[in-house]
Amino acid sequence: MSAKTSPARDYILFAVFAVAVLTMPIWLAPIGAGYPDLLQKFAIFGLFATGFNILFGLTGYLSFGHAAFLGVGSYTAVWTFKLLGMNPVPAAIMAIIASGIFALGIGYVSLRRSGIYFSILTLAFAQMSYNLAYSVLTPITNGETGLRVLRSDPRLFDGKGAEQGPLIANLFGIDMTGWGGFYFCAVILLIGFFIAQRIFRSPFGIMLRAVKTNQNRMTYTGLNPRPYTLAAFVISGMYAGLAGALMCITDPLAGAERMQWTASGEVVLMTILGGAGTLLGPIFGAALIKYFENIFSAFNEQTLHEIFSFLPDFIEGPVISVAGLFVGEGWHLTLGVLFMLIVIFLPGGIMEGVSRIGKLFKRSSGKSEPNRATAPAE
Amino acid sequence: MEILRVEGVNKSFGGLRALNNVNFSVEQGTVHAIIGPNGAGKSTFLNCMIGRLVPDTGTVKFGNVSLTGMKPYEINQVGVSRVFQTPEIFAELTLLENVIIPTMAKRDGQFSLRPFKRLDGDAEIQDKALHMLEDVGLAEKKDVISGSLSRGDKRRLELAMCLSQDPKLLLLDEPTAGMSRADTNNTIDLLKRIAGRGITKVVIEHDMHVVFSLADKVTVLAQGTIIAEGKPEEIKGDPRVQEAYLGGAHL
Repeated sequence: MSAKTSPARDYILFAVFAVAVLTMPIWLAPIGAGYPDLLQKFAIFGLFATGFNILFGLTGYLSFGHAAFLGVGSYTAVWTFKLLGMNPVPAAIMAIIASGIFALGIGYVSLRRSGIYFSILTLAFAQMSYNLAYSVLTPITNGETGLRVLRSDPRLFDGKGAEQGPLIANLFGIDMTGWGGFYFCAVILLIGFFIAQRIFRSPFGIMLRAVKTNQNRMTYTGLNPRPYTLAAFVISGMYAGLAGALMCITDPLAGAERMQWTASGEVVLMTILGGAGTLLGPIFGAALIKYFENIFSAFNEQTLHEIFSFLPDFIEGPVISVAGLFVGEGWHLTLGVLFMLIVIFLPGGIMEGVSRIGKLFKRSSGKSEPNRATAPAE
Repeated sequence: MEILRVEGVNKSFGGLRALNNVNFSVEQGTVHAIIGPNGAGKSTFLNCMIGRLVPDTGTVKFGNVSLTGMKPYEINQVGVSRVFQTPEIFAELTLLENVIIPTMAKRDGQFSLRPFKRLDGDAEIQDKALHMLEDVGLAEKKDVISGSLSRGDKRRLELAMCLSQDPKLLLLDEPTAGMSRADTNNTIDLLKRIAGRGITKVVIEHDMHVVFSLADKVTVLAQGTIIAEGKPEEIKGDPRVQEAYLGGAHL
C-alpha cells in the first residue's frame, strides 16, 4: 500500500516479535512476570485479542460476544481430550473447527445489522450460550462444576490407566503445564500473529478496512460487504476458539464463566488499550491487562507498608489507605483509571503513544515528516 | 445504439408522486444531462437506475440487462458507476488505496477471499491505480489520507475511483455542486477529457454553464415528468423549460 509496507519490513517485524515472545521468560523476570502461568496468559489472551482485532480493528464491527467462542473452543478441547486423548494438537484443531462453525451461525444472523445493534446481537448470543451452558446443555458442559477429563473417559489414542497423578495435556511426552505449556502457547501465538500480519497486508485486509470506512461507497464500487464481514467474523471466532483451547491445554478444565459478558468486555478493553487496528497493539493490551490483574491484585496491605515505609507514620497511614483502594481486590480501579487516561489522551491506544514517540525522534533527527497524517505504528 | 433504456417508471413516496411515467433513453458514447428545478425528481430518478431505490412500476434496461431489482453492487459489476452529490470516498484510507479498491473490485468481482496474497506485491493493480491518480492530477498526494483533501480534490478522487473501473455508463449527481468557478472549470475539463474514452455519461446538474459546455442531449424534468428533451440549444429556447424554471412568470 503506502511505501511503509514491504515484505522485508514485515519479516523483520515478525522476527523481532518472535524473538521477543520466546525470550519473555528472561526479559520479563525483573518486573516479576517471568513465571509460566502468567506468560501463558499473555500468549493466550494475546492470541484472543489478535483475532478480535481482525474483526474490530479492521472492519469496525464491535462484537460484545467473543467470549462465547472462547467457551466453545474450551469445551471442544476438553471433549477432544476425553474422546481422543491428551494430545493438544487435535484438541486445537477441533476447537478451531467448532468455533468457526459456531461463528458462522452467529455471524450470519448478527451481521444483518451494524453499529450498536450488531454489538447487542452478539452480546445476546453470548449470554444465551452462557446460560445454556449452565442449564439445558449440562450433559455436554457439566454445568457449574465445569467439564474435566476423567480417568474413565475413552481417550482412544492414549495408553490409558498407566499414568499417575492428575491428567494433563502432553505433546508427545512434553507436559503442557509450566514452561512446556508456555512455549506451546507462544508458538501458536506466533502462528496466529503471522496469519494476522498476512491478512492485514492482503487484498482481503484492505477490503475489510473499506468496510469500516464507507460501506456505501463499497456497495456502489461493486463489492458486497456481507461476505467480507462474515469471513472476518468467522476468522476472529476461530482465533477465539483456539485461545479457548489453549486455556484447556494448559489446564484441562472448562467452565461456563469463560463465556460471561465480562470476558467479552475484557478483550474489547485489551484491543482498545493496545490500539485497535494495529498488529502489535492488542497483544500489548492483553499483556498489560493480564500483568495488572496478576501483579496488582496480589498486592496487600503488607506489601504497601513495605513500599511506603520510608514515609513518616502520619503520612504513611493515609497514603496506604488510598493506595489500598487500587490494589488487591481493587485492581480493577487501577485498570479503569489507566483505560480512561489512554482513551482520553491516546485514542489510538498504546501504539499511538509509541508512534508519537517515534515521530518525535524523527523530527529531532531532522528527517522529513511523513505526510500520512494518522499513520498507526505497525 | 442505446445503452440505457428506462420505460414507464413510477415512484411514489407516500402521497407524493416523485416520478410519473418516465421514459428515457441514453445513446452510447454521449453525455446526457438531466436538469430540472429543485424537487423535480432528478435524484430519485438516478437512484432508481442505480438500485438504491426500486421503482414502483416500470423497467430499467442497461444494454440487454434489466437493472430493476438488482443490488447496487451487481449493477456496478455490469458496468455502471456513480459519482455522488457529496463525495463518497474511503476517508480513512490513502488516495492510492482508495483507487486500488475499485480497481480490484473490477478485476476480482464482488467478493474474493485471498487473505495470504500481498497487496503491495500486486503490480498490476498498483500501477493501474497510480496511473488513474496521475490522470486526475492527484498522483503526488497518493499517500495522503483522503479525508483531509479539499472538496474539489475529493470529487476528483471519486471520479478517479469510478473511472478506474472502466465503466460503460457513468452517472454523475451534481458533480460541481458547492465548487468554486475555477474548480468547476477544472471538473468540466476533466469530464471532457474522459468523454473521449467512449464512456457514456448521465449528468444531473443545476449549473447551466456546466450543462451547456458538456451535454450532447438534455432532458428536462419537472414534478416527476419529462417536459422537454433535445439538444442544448433547443432546450435553451424552449418556453416550457423557462416556465418550469421561473415558476410560470412571463418576463
